[in-house]
Amino acid sequence: MATLDVTFAALADPTRRAILARLALGEATVMELVKPFELTQPAISQHLKVLQNAGLITRRVQGTKRPCQLAKEGVTEIDQWLAMLRKALATSYERLDDVLAEMGTKKGRKKK
Amino acid sequence: MTKMTLKTEGDRHLVVTRKFAASPEALYRAHTEPKLIQKWMLGPEGWTMPVCVSEANPGGKIRFEWTHEKGGGFYLTGEYMELKPDSKIVHVERMFLPDPTPDNHVETRFDTDGTGTLMTMRMTLPDEKTRAAMLSTRMESGMETSYVRLEGVLQTEASSKQASAP
Repeated sequence: MATLDVTFAALADPTRRAILARLALGEATVMELVKPFELTQPAISQHLKVLQNAGLITRRVQGTKRPCQLAKEGVTEIDQWLAMLRKALATSYERLDDVLAEMGTKKGRKKK
Repeated sequence: MTKMTLKTEGDRHLVVTRKFAASPEALYRAHTEPKLIQKWMLGPEGWTMPVCVSEANPGGKIRFEWTHEKGGGFYLTGEYMELKPDSKIVHVERMFLPDPTPDNHVETRFDTDGTGTLMTMRMTLPDEKTRAAMLSTRMESGMETSYVRLEGVLQTEASSKQASAP
């Protein structure tokens, strides 16, 4: 499994993020990606290689083509980190509301 | 009123805002006193914080350890850089999941807002690359769902509070 560092590096490039966004809509071949991104085939292939090494995409063989798709595991690894932050914030602040209410009550400065 | 917002700023920042029905002093205490931190900084259901070190002075250590009731856990370490009682906290933190996440520089401000307090938490990631990683996943769409849910909870809370107010 790719490390978070390799994954972050792969995501640092705007073109690669755009490729991932495109693949989120469904799998695509190199040629299908060349057109919207206005890049050469070797350039796209290079980006795909980085994404594949980072575990963010997988490629299957279909005749002479090798369509790419998003790798679920790669996305999940980052999602775990983000989920921590996201949930920690939203749910924690609800709890903080209660703690603050309690603090106010103890001091006899109850807020409405 | 208590709606939380999270937005990006420049290349390396993430800004969270949230209003609270309490004084800046209470917010400051709830963010720096271990016994209070342990009550709320717990994230999703099922988590507790058995270890909470918060040395609220410049250079002071931060260490939060979370444990899940079904086993497993993770921790965060950090250092306080600047503290202005009741109004501002500056610290740096990183989570161990178990690999350390990149250092997150956090500035938290508490400003009086009407009868309550507006909290503004500004996170600065080491570089655009790191923040890009945070944003290029489905963070935004996923968060949207959380916010809608949170909004529901807060509205329920607010209306029940209003109903019980004298």
